[in-house]
Amino acid sequence: MLQTARRPTAVSPVSTPPRAAAMTPPPSVRVKGFTRSFGATSVLKDMNLDIQPGEFVALLGASGSGKTTLLRTLAGLDPAPVDQVSTPAARAVVFQDPRLMPWKRVWRNVALGLKGRDIRGKAEDALGEVGLSHRLDAWPATLSGGEAQRAALARALIREPKLLLLDEPFAALDALTRIRMHELVLKLWRAHDPAVLLVTHDVDEAITLADRVLVLDQGRIAAEEVVTLPRPRDVDDAFQAIRRRLLGHLGVTSHDPAVAAELIAFRPRQDAH
Amino acid sequence: MSLAYHDRLTDKAKVGAKAGPKLSWPKLADQRWLSPVLLLAIWEVASLTGVIPSRILAAPSAVVQTLAHLVVNGDLPNALIVSLARMAVGLAIGVTTGTVLALAAGLSKLGETLVDPPLQIIRPLPTLALTPLFIVWLGIGETPKIALISLGVTFPIYLNLFNAIRSVDPRLMEAGRSFGLSGWDLIVNVVLPGAMPGFLVGLRYALSVSLLILVVAEQINASAGLGYLINNARDFMQTDVIVVCLLVYALLGLGADLLVRALERRLLVWRPAFLKA
Ligand SMILES: Nc1ncnc2c1ncn2[C@@H]1O[C@H](COP(=O)(O)OP(=O)(O)OP(=O)(O)O)[C@@H](O)[C@H]1O
Ligand SMILES: [Mg+2]
Repeated sequence: MLQTARRPTAVSPVSTPPRAAAMTPPPSVRVKGFTRSFGATSVLKDMNLDIQPGEFVALLGASGSGKTTLLRTLAGLDPAPVDQVSTPAARAVVFQDPRLMPWKRVWRNVALGLKGRDIRGKAEDALGEVGLSHRLDAWPATLSGGEAQRAALARALIREPKLLLLDEPFAALDALTRIRMHELVLKLWRAHDPAVLLVTHDVDEAITLADRVLVLDQGRIAAEEVVTLPRPRDVDDAFQAIRRRLLGHLGVTSHDPAVAAELIAFRPRQDAH
Repeated sequence: MSLAYHDRLTDKAKVGAKAGPKLSWPKLADQRWLSPVLLLAIWEVASLTGVIPSRILAAPSAVVQTLAHLVVNGDLPNALIVSLARMAVGLAIGVTTGTVLALAAGLSKLGETLVDPPLQIIRPLPTLALTPLFIVWLGIGETPKIALISLGVTFPIYLNLFNAIRSVDPRLMEAGRSFGLSGWDLIVNVVLPGAMPGFLVGLRYALSVSLLILVVAEQINASAGLGYLINNARDFMQTDVIVVCLLVYALLGLGADLLVRALERRLLVWRPAFLKA
């Protein structure tokens, strides 16, 4: 039960990843001096961000701070200059809502846009990985919220992305399903090893899952916490220290229990194996 | 509170009705066939007693006899085939035209600029008002009849499909794009299936419009078809034949409705409404 948790390493407000040593491979995602404006207001200002291959990064920030804007840019859904934003070609998004095509059976949704042989076999494998083997031929309208989001995960993973972009994918799910999804995402991340950017407003979710937690504020990355706790992560002292600091960056003091409870909508409990 | 009390009362009344041996009013209230049959009976009696003379309206029994007679001697089947063919050809042309125009306008901005304004200009004009012009241009044969139906059908298809294409959920479009769909793939996998419910609404309108125009257009100097049968019957005051033809028109309308329902069940199986059924 007791974990020998190390204190997190350096906390640097700049977005240079701390593990950037001489031998590290080139980053999977590189954002350099990127500014995104809508009309007169800049949502992202001179943004810098590197994500290493296989790194799991969580992005926190107040509503309207530009999290989705950044994710959409990395997903290629919004245009960006190539010299400012570079990402792997193989990237896939899981949106906050599942966005399954209601007129396609689940396996066809997963195989959307794929060409070549034995697409059904591939879709079956992907759906098996997320535990949906029994719903291959179901219509999306008959899926539960969690099942639909798992199908969306399978649809992203079947493309073997080097960069997986998750925009609050579990926000609409109940607490129990969310814990299951956390375990599933970690399992899939280990198996496929993509770089992950997870947008969330749940501080505990971010600490539970990520290697590195970023806080977006006023269009800039205002803070960064590297989480080196071994997984699965228990809500121990080290965890709580990180949480306190992140809440501080988000403008919430941990002595303000009402607001903190709002932000920490649910605290995942994990039993040590 | 008073509502709940009322509910309980009616529940009790229902239980009582089920348990009771004699036919009580609540049970009678469910018999929807009763009033039509009563009206038919009154009509029949009124005809037999001469209250309704047969040159005003034939008796139901006479209508049934005439129906059997017209079926046996082949007049009705022949007329029906001619009329159905007009409707089918007019529908085929109109649905195709409407679909092509809606695709052109819905899928490209240039298409919309070219196609939409002229159609919006003609749209307020009731199609049947064009009848005299069509007769001048196309004569009095089959062509003006089919042309009128085609034109009338084009609009509901065009308007509904165009609107449906434009209102396909943009979030699904974006998801499709993010998974590598573009151009034709995006149209086939996202746009068209997404627009299908709207298209079927248009088709439902189109079928009833086609029937309406058929009825009127068939009266133009008809030499065959249900309209011809009706015109002849009018000249000889055969109200029984007229009523038979009206029955057939009603059946055509019913058939059209069933057709659209069947199509919806097939093409929209994925909709929650059909999944639950
Ligand atoms: N297409 C757009 N046009 C104009 N303004 C936009 C557009 N997209 C986003 N914005 C603005 O940019 C800001 C950041 O939006 P964004 O969706 O990135 O926020 P977010 O951090 O994802 O918020 P939330 O947590 O509520 O999802 C908001 O103020 C929003 O109003
Ligand atoms: Mg957002």
